[in-house]
Amino acid sequence: MLATLIRHVGDFQLAEDALQDAFTAALATWPRDGVPANPGAWITTVSRRRAIDRLRRARSLADRTERLAALVRLDSEEHPSMIEESAVADDRLRLIFTCCHPALAMPARVALTLRTLGGLSTGEVARAFLVSEPTMGKRIVRAKRKIADAHIPYRVPPDHELPDRLQGVLKVVYLIFNEGYAASEGPRLARAELSSEAIRLGRLLARLMPDDAEVLGLLALMLLHDARRGARVGASGEYLALHEQDRSRWDLGAIREGQQLLRAAIRLRRPGSYQLQAAITALHVQAPDVEETDWRQIAELYGALARLSPSPVVELNRAVAVAYASGPSDGLALLAPLLDDARLERYQPLHAAHAELLRRAGDDAGAARAYERAIALSANAVERAELERRREGLARPPSTG
Amino acid sequence: MPKYLLLLYANEPDAKEREERDAELPAWGRLTDSLREAGLLLGADRLHPVDSATTVRVRDGETEITDGPFAVTKEYLGGYYLLECADLDEALEQAVRMPLARYGSVEVRPVAEVASPVAAEDEDEAAR
Repeated sequence: MLATLIRHVGDFQLAEDALQDAFTAALATWPRDGVPANPGAWITTVSRRRAIDRLRRARSLADRTERLAALVRLDSEEHPSMIEESAVADDRLRLIFTCCHPALAMPARVALTLRTLGGLSTGEVARAFLVSEPTMGKRIVRAKRKIADAHIPYRVPPDHELPDRLQGVLKVVYLIFNEGYAASEGPRLARAELSSEAIRLGRLLARLMPDDAEVLGLLALMLLHDARRGARVGASGEYLALHEQDRSRWDLGAIREGQQLLRAAIRLRRPGSYQLQAAITALHVQAPDVEETDWRQIAELYGALARLSPSPVVELNRAVAVAYASGPSDGLALLAPLLDDARLERYQPLHAAHAELLRRAGDDAGAARAYERAIALSANAVERAELERRREGLARPPSTG
Repeated sequence: MPKYLLLLYANEPDAKEREERDAELPAWGRLTDSLREAGLLLGADRLHPVDSATTVRVRDGETEITDGPFAVTKEYLGGYYLLECADLDEALEQAVRMPLARYGSVEVRPVAEVASPVAAEDEDEAAR
C-alpha cells in the first residue's frame, strides 16, 4: 500500500505520513463503525485524502499545485479499489530501487529497505546492524530527508544505469535474507517472515531481469537455504547442522526450484558471488551425508569466492571445507591468519570452527578453550546451547593426582 | 523543477596540470552550450584560483578579513554550474560529463526551496 501511495502522491515522506494518518483514523472509527468490507480500499482512499490535506498545508506553491491536481483527479475517479497486481509489483520495484539509490550511503539503503519494504521496526533494524535504536532512527530520517531534498526520483532506473544499480539492490536483499535466516540475538534461531520477504523481493527482481545471472543466483541461494528452514531447529529448539537435519522436513519444491535457477544462471556464463554461494549450498544439499559431500569441489568454490569477494567468513568456510577434504591440520593452517586478525577476535563462528577443527585433530584441551571463547561471544541462546553441548562432548582431561 | 548547484572542486594544479586543464576549455564551452540548449542552464562561472580569495568573518562585532579560502583543503572550489533539472539523476548525469570529474570532485547540492509570498496567500485561500 505504501509503494502504491508513493506512486500516487510522488513523495516518500508524504505517503508515509498520510498512510499513518489513515491508520490512526481506522483505529478510531472501525471499532465504532465496524471494519469496512474492503479495508484495503478504505485505507487507500483515506490516505489519499489525508495526503491532499497535508499538501494543502505544504509550503512550496509550484510543487504542490501539480501534485494536488493529480491527487484530486485520482480521488474523484470511480474506483481503482482493486489495484492490479502487476501495478503493485512495479511500485514495489520502484520503491526498492529508490531505497537503494547510490546517492544514499549503503547503511542507509539497507536500513531504508528493511524499514519500508521489509516492514521491520526501527528497533529490529537497529539490532540487525548492532547500533542503537536512536542512531538507526536518525539514519533512516536522514535518508528520507535526502530523498526529498535532493529529489531522488521514484522509478526503476533506465536501462543504461540498471546493471550497476541492481548490484546495490541485490546486496540489500541478501542482507535482509541473512537477518531472517539467522537472527543474531535472542532465543529464536530464525525469523521466517524476513526470509520470505527477501525471497519475495528476489522473485520480483527475477521477473524484471530474468537474464541477469546474479539475480537468478541470489534467488537460487535464498531458496536453497530457506528450503531447509523447517528442519534447522530440533524438537527442543536446538540447532541442527545440515547433515543432522530430518530431510523429510526439507521443502523439496524449493530445492528443485533453487537448483533450476542455478542451472539457468550458470548457462548465462557470467559467474558471480551469489552463483558461487548457491553452487556450494547445492552441493551440500545433494550430498546424503558429511562423508559423501564433495568437499574438494566445495573448497575450490570457496577459493573462487575468496578471489571474487574476499572476506573472513569466506576464508573461514574454506578452511572448514579444506579440513574435511584433506584433514584438520590443513584446515587449521588456513585458520591461523584469521586467528591473528584483531578484527576477528570477537567473531564467534571463528572460534566455534577453531574448536571443531582442534577436536577433530585430537586437541581436546585446545578445543575446550576455543568453545569457551565461542560460548562467551554467542548472542543467540539456541546457538549457545549447541556450543555448550559440543564442549560437554569433549573427552575430559585426565585429572592430576 | 528542482535546481542544483554543481560545485567544481580540484587540487591546485601544477604547471603541467594547468596546461592540461587549459586545453580542456573548448570542451567546457561545448558542455555549457549543450546545457543552455537543453534548457538546463541557469548560470555558470569559472573562478579565479584560490590565491585570489578573501575570507570575511564577523565575530563579537569584530570584522576579520583573511587572505585566502575559508579553510585549507586538498581541493578548492574552481567554478560552478547552476542547473534546473527534472531530478537528481539528471543532475548527476550532467556532473559526470564535466571534464573536472575525472581529476577533481563535483559536489551536487540541491537548492533549497523557499516559500514565496504568493504561496502564503494561497494558504489563506485554502484554509477558508
